[in-house]
Amino acid sequence: MKGPLLALRAIVAREALRFVHQRERFLAALVRPLVWLLVFAAGFRAALGLSITPPYSTYIEYETYIVPGLCGMILLFNGMQSSLSLVYDREMGSMRLLLTAPLPRWWLLLCKLLAGTLVGVLQAYAFLALAWVWGVRLPPLGYLAALPALVAAGLMLGALGLALSSRIRQLENFAGVMNFVIFPMFFLSSALYPLWRMQEAGRVLHTLCALNPFTHAVELVRFALYLQSNPAALLWTTLATLVLLALALRGYDPARGVVRKG
Amino acid sequence: MATNSAAAGLSLQGVTYRYGPRVALDEVSFEVGGGRFCALLGPNGAGKSTLFALLTGLLAPPPGSVRVAGHDIRTHPTRALACLGVVFQSATLDLDLTVEQNLRYFAALHGLAGREAGLRISAALERLGMAERAREPARALNGGHRRRTEIARALLHGPQVLLLDEPTVGLDAAARAGITAHVHALAREDGLTVLWATHLVDEVAPEDDLIILHQGRVLRQATAAEVAQGASLSEVFLGLTGAEA
Repeated sequence: MKGPLLALRAIVAREALRFVHQRERFLAALVRPLVWLLVFAAGFRAALGLSITPPYSTYIEYETYIVPGLCGMILLFNGMQSSLSLVYDREMGSMRLLLTAPLPRWWLLLCKLLAGTLVGVLQAYAFLALAWVWGVRLPPLGYLAALPALVAAGLMLGALGLALSSRIRQLENFAGVMNFVIFPMFFLSSALYPLWRMQEAGRVLHTLCALNPFTHAVELVRFALYLQSNPAALLWTTLATLVLLALALRGYDPARGVVRKG
Repeated sequence: MATNSAAAGLSLQGVTYRYGPRVALDEVSFEVGGGRFCALLGPNGAGKSTLFALLTGLLAPPPGSVRVAGHDIRTHPTRALACLGVVFQSATLDLDLTVEQNLRYFAALHGLAGREAGLRISAALERLGMAERAREPARALNGGHRRRTEIARALLHGPQVLLLDEPTVGLDAAARAGITAHVHALAREDGLTVLWATHLVDEVAPEDDLIILHQGRVLRQATAAEVAQGASLSEVFLGLTGAEA
C-alpha cells in the first residue's frame, strides 16, 4: 500500500477506534434523534398535516417524514463533533503531529473528513435500524440506495465542521457554533416540516430554507431512501461541499497560521 | 561550530518572522552539523516555539532559507518533513490508545505498516527503555514515560534530524535527567542531529553546541564550554539575557 493510502487507513482507523472508546458519544448521537422520533413526532403529528409530495406517493405518518431529517441531524452533529475534536486536537498538539506528516496537507485534511463521514454514516444506519424497530419501515432497497446520499451529506456537513474548526481558535468559542450554526441549519430546513409548510409561514423563511444546504442534504437522503434521485439536491450538496472544503483548506493554509500565535 | 556535514543537519539563513508588528525572529542564522547535539537555550518568549513551527512547516516559510537535511522547507516540504522527527512541547499521545497503537498510527502517517512498522516500533521502544510497556494504554504512563514514548515515536521513520521543544517541561528531576541522557546518547551513538530547545541550563553538556536565543535574535553560538569560558553557563546565560531584558 502506498503512503497516502496507509495514512488514510490509519486516520480512519483512529477515528473509528476513538468513537468506539467514547460510548457516551455514540449513545448521545442516537438518543438525540430518537427523542425527536419517539416524543416530538408523537406531539407534532396531530398539529401537522402532511400532503403527498415527492418522493412520497401515499399519505405518510409524521414519524416517517422526519426520519431522513433526523439522519441529517446525526450527520450535522457528527460534523460538529469532528470539528470540536479538531479544535481540541489543535489545542492539545496532536493536530501538529498530523500536519507534520510528510504528505500534502489537503490530503491529510481529506482523510480526516472521510474518517469523520464514515463514523457519521455508521451512526445514521444505527438510527435507521432503531427506527425500523419502532415501526418506521422504508423500502428495503432504499436503505442501500441511501448510502451514497448519506456519504454525500456527511461529506458536506463534515466539510462545514472542518471549515469552522479552522476559524475557531479556542474551545470556549464552540458554544456560539451551537447557537449560530446547528440550530438555524436544522430548524430552517426541510428536516422537520416540508418546504411548502414554510411557504405558508412566510416568504423570507421559505427562501432561507430553500437556500440552506442542509435542506438539500436532507432531501437527497429522503429521495434516495425511496429509490428516487434528486439532481437539484445533489448539485447543491456537491457545490456546498466544494465551497466549504475550499474554505477549510484556506483556513489550514500555513501562511494563515495553523498554530496559535505566541 | 561543526559545519562539516551541514547537509545532514539543519541550516537557517537570514530568517525573520513577524506576528503583525511584533518581530518574533530577527535575522536568525545558524547551522547544526550532522550528528551534533545542539541546545537552543532561551528564556520564555525568546522565539523558540516560532522557530520550531517554521522548521516543521506549521508556519509558512518566511524570507530566508530553512533547510532540513539539505532539503529546503519551502520548495520540498514533504522531503524535509520526512527527514524530521519532532517531539512537541505539548503532549501529543492519544491517551485512549496503547503505546503501540500510538506508534502504529504515526508509522502509517510516515508510510510504514505491517512487519516493517512492528520491527521499528520494537526497536525504538527498546532504545528508549520502553519495550515492556508497549501494550499499556498511554493514559497509564507517567509523564517521563509518555515523553519517552513520544521520542521513540519521533524516531520510527529513521529521521536524520530530531527536534525537541522543551521536552522536559513538567517532569521530575529523575525523569528529566533520564531523558536528557537518552537524547544525548542518540546524537553520540546513532549520529542523529538534535536540536533541543530549553530554558534550563543544566540540560546542556559542555561539549554540546549551544545557541542562545533572546528576543528573536541569536546572541551566541559555539560549544557550551566556549560560551561559558570557565564560568558557570547559568551565570553567563542570565548575564546575557538579563542585561538585555
